Amino acid sequence: MSDRGEIIVRAKQVTKSYDDGRITVLHGVSLEVRAGEVVGLWGASGSGKSTLLHLLGGLDLPDAGTMEVCGLDPTREVDRIELRRHQLGYIFQMHNLIPDLTVEENVRVPALAIGTPRAETAKRVRELADKVDIRHRLHHRIQDLSGGERQRTAICRALMNGPRLLLADEPTGSLDEKTGNTVFALLKEMAEQNNIAILLATHERRFAEQCSRVLRVRDGQLSEI
Amino acid sequence: MSGWFFRRWKRHRWLSDMRILSLVLVNLLRHRLRAFIGVAGISFGVAAMLTILAIVTGAIGMFERILSTDSHYLVFERNVSDLFFSSVTSDQVASIRERPEVEEAHPMLFGIVAVGDHPMVTCFGIEATDPRLATGEWLAGDRAMFGVRDDTLYLGSRAAEFLAVQAGDEIEVGRGTFRVGGVFKNENGFEDGGVFMPLSMAQDFFQRETASSVVAVKLREESTGPTFKAAVEMDHPGIIALENREFSQSYNSFKILNFTAWAVGICAFCLGGLGVANTMLMSVFSRIREIAVLRVCGFSNRQVTMMIFGEASMIALAGVLVGFGIGFGVLAVMEHTPQFQGYVQASITGSVMVGIVITALFTAVAGAIYPAIYASKVQPAEALRYE
Repeated sequence: MSDRGEIIVRAKQVTKSYDDGRITVLHGVSLEVRAGEVVGLWGASGSGKSTLLHLLGGLDLPDAGTMEVCGLDPTREVDRIELRRHQLGYIFQMHNLIPDLTVEENVRVPALAIGTPRAETAKRVRELADKVDIRHRLHHRIQDLSGGERQRTAICRALMNGPRLLLADEPTGSLDEKTGNTVFALLKEMAEQNNIAILLATHERRFAEQCSRVLRVRDGQLSEI
Repeated sequence: MSGWFFRRWKRHRWLSDMRILSLVLVNLLRHRLRAFIGVAGISFGVAAMLTILAIVTGAIGMFERILSTDSHYLVFERNVSDLFFSSVTSDQVASIRERPEVEEAHPMLFGIVAVGDHPMVTCFGIEATDPRLATGEWLAGDRAMFGVRDDTLYLGSRAAEFLAVQAGDEIEVGRGTFRVGGVFKNENGFEDGGVFMPLSMAQDFFQRETASSVVAVKLREESTGPTFKAAVEMDHPGIIALENREFSQSYNSFKILNFTAWAVGICAFCLGGLGVANTMLMSVFSRIREIAVLRVCGFSNRQVTMMIFGEASMIALAGVLVGFGIGFGVLAVMEHTPQFQGYVQASITGSVMVGIVITALFTAVAGAIYPAIYASKVQPAEALRYE
């Protein structure tokens, strides 16, 4: 677990472009996120929020700039795997759960990657399922769940290996207002209870305003509001 | 200290790899139709290979037993492409019999005859002293009468069955009419489905004058084999004497049969392998996003590759089991089908079984190489960008 105030994310002058440099999405972006913080990345669609999360999560490589996430460099393959396995959890707008698997099987996936013993995994799954109130659905398949239940399953999966940072890309984007509120509240609660830093991309102002800090993403630049 | 850390790291890595295999079965069950197509491809390959090899190995075994009944050496014409064309003259047979090392020598003439509606029935021209007459179970007729009359031939029990004749009946063989002098049962499928004539009668029938195809020689002392071989080949440069085992390994027809069987079987497997490759490719292409999610959840390239190879291996194993089931079923049916005249006597050796299993696994794993490489190169950001 991180110390309160410890810097979890540090990015300096990060630039990213696509289409051989013709489309620049991020222009020299810098930011810091500390343990326990819920930082909102607020901006319109296509403003570069997801790209920034992908870069910090090691899913994509920057053109320029430096990044340090949980003391690791997400541009290095070895660090990337360590990051994904132990340090960060990812939550997507469309949850990206594996269809046909049950809730329990989906939540177990990160534990499979690191070889956690079966009994330990089962205990952890039950704990997480209790926290997000989805235990009664553990043996149901993903296609039998509502949108909110799917997102709660995705939260469980992201928390499975006890990460220090959650990267949440529009986690409420596909949910109705009430469910969105519930999921957002749940994320905040998880961050507080476990001292996890959350970097949350959203285009909805009401969620951004509830974050401990809000960074506006516009024209590939970040500005604090 | 570093040794302890390395062992611990290795154990941890092995454990995590083993746990990933639990996903393999789940993935195959999720895509049952695709997995079924892969299993079907491999199982048909296995069944084809098993059937072909078992029949060929059985046929070779039966032929070997025909030649080597109670003998140590086989003598036949040198450089002949097939024993059906071999000629060992009666003078050469007599000379062989006179050798001090020889206890018994039994000449035999092979031929193919048309009997009634059956265009190809194997005919054996043998002497009355031939051991196969003594070892057979006589169902009808008198063994002592073999060779006494010129117009009489004898049948294996299976031949009598498919020709629908019995002792005392007359049958048309080629352009001649012969009386059936007796029927005897023989364990060897070729012999049991064959026609037996006295050697001299067969030589007349096939217009081979005094020739025999092969002479089976039993020695007084097996250790005198090399002396016997050298003497025969020196006295009769046109013929060759081979130990039974040596003959089986060097006889061209056996080699061609074996090679053909393996070649056809491997071709069948290649088709199965392409099926697995196609199945695995479809599986990977339709799961690009899922694989990207696994990468995001911490799966390494190696773990993703292992998962794909695990799925291919599981398909291969299931294919082998189903294929063996189909193959053994087909062989059982063929062995009991009268139309095959008892010529199918499957022989399945351990090495053939192991060879088939290895070929199946190799084919499936080879078929999964490209899909596995493709899966391991999936870029999560690319795959997840367009949600």
